[in-house]
Amino acid sequence: MSDGIEARITEVMRASYGRLLAILAARQSDIAGAEDALAEAFARAIDHWPRTGVPDNPEAWLLPTARRSLLDTQRKAARIEVRDTLPEEPVMSTNMPEIPDERLKLMFVCAHPAIDPALHTPLMLQTVLGVDADRIGAAFLISPNAMAQRLVRVKRKIKAARIRFSIPDPMDHPNRLNAVLEAIYGAFSLDWLSEGGADDLRQEAAYLADLVGHLCQHDAEALGLQALISFVIAREPARLRDGILVPVPEQDINLWDAGLVERANRLLAKAAQVNRLGRFQLEAAIQSVHADRTVSGQTNWRALSQLYAGLRKLYPTIGAAGGQAAAVGEDAGPTQGLALLDQIDAKDVASFQPSWAVRAHLLARTGQIQQAAAAYDRAIALSTDGPSRRWLEARRSDLAVGLV
Amino acid sequence: MQYTFLLYSNPADFGDMTQEDWAEMKAVYGKYIGALQEAGVFVNTDWLHPVDTATTLTLKDGEKRIHDGPFAETKEPLGGYFVIDVPDLDTALAWAAKCPAARTGKVEVRASAMDSV
Repeated sequence: MSDGIEARITEVMRASYGRLLAILAARQSDIAGAEDALAEAFARAIDHWPRTGVPDNPEAWLLPTARRSLLDTQRKAARIEVRDTLPEEPVMSTNMPEIPDERLKLMFVCAHPAIDPALHTPLMLQTVLGVDADRIGAAFLISPNAMAQRLVRVKRKIKAARIRFSIPDPMDHPNRLNAVLEAIYGAFSLDWLSEGGADDLRQEAAYLADLVGHLCQHDAEALGLQALISFVIAREPARLRDGILVPVPEQDINLWDAGLVERANRLLAKAAQVNRLGRFQLEAAIQSVHADRTVSGQTNWRALSQLYAGLRKLYPTIGAAGGQAAAVGEDAGPTQGLALLDQIDAKDVASFQPSWAVRAHLLARTGQIQQAAAAYDRAIALSTDGPSRRWLEARRSDLAVGLV
Repeated sequence: MQYTFLLYSNPADFGDMTQEDWAEMKAVYGKYIGALQEAGVFVNTDWLHPVDTATTLTLKDGEKRIHDGPFAETKEPLGGYFVIDVPDLDTALAWAAKCPAARTGKVEVRASAMDSV
């Protein structure tokens, strides 16, 4: 197989996976069956397309192929003897109706209240974005086997209990939308600095956030999430320099996408009009403060400290606590920042890389070089992506030569 | 799809109920059953005597063994059930939320496996 075809097939798989799965799984609430059928269809594509070329509308080829495979499996399961042989290739129709986007329904299934909340994002990653259990397990710090087993079990439940593929009325189910937003954000935040592949997932998660934001224009948090993601993507061109992470306050503002920043600010303002504050709006507001540096020329650490304090109150996480410590460390001073870090439960932060990075930085600023070096070592060991690790290593070597 | 609601509650919560309370509860359940019937989703229901009247039987180890009492002691034993026929879990959960037993205890919702074998 030529590299071009292979790359094209990989591209099609990424682009079409969730769209096709959402359609295939809907009728019987059977995600596992749809996954098998889709895998079969992709296997056929890999076999056929190098000879025939990639069709103009690959989904119009893949969907009927997968449907046939699904039907075949269902017939076998029902022990219906199949006498008619299935055609090798689907009949191509030139005027295939446009395939509807049912991914939002699939997302509502993934984030259904009858499903353990801890599995919402993993399930969404696997079904909507096609991420494999190995990567999901790695991102959630559990073994790939354990993750795979949990996902198998939850898919069995969706089918057995018949959780319907539908969009609930947002007025009746505000929490259901929040669960979807949380899961999308979980997908967006997944190892976004890892080299290769993750960017596509981020774009996909951003697309999903836009889709939900578009469909739920009166939901403040849906708009908040859209704003948050827009801010983060706007800074993408500036986040790396020579393969090394550049922290937001040190990024070259000229590299930020000004149009996207403006869009994000607009979305955030629109969300504020709804007058229902939430986690995503606060996180977007934090990014908005960073973005204000394009106007004021400096980072307003006081505003960041206050927003992080608010976020911690509304939505307590170790991430928010670490962010608050970093902001307070710049605004009030490193000692105050360290005091905040010390308030976080030690066993919660033991394996949380960002709080070790903050601690190392603040320790260095108080002149506790040895302790700072040890904290950097810890943060480096916990880094799962290259750019963050290289940034921490650079910081650590600055420490060794007395540059801090 | 048939769904069974297994109704669990703590008998101690009903210890000091008066005759009128029982009559009222019966009326409340009667209304619920009426609503299920009117919607055309009602299949079956039963309300069971307390667990201290239960008898448990097993042939599991090759011989018939019968013992006095429930198979497991719990604070909130099974007290009754409903079987309804609705298209999906969300609809079943909407009916479960209207079940009087949900206010006093817990309702476990399980789909019928008869269709899937």
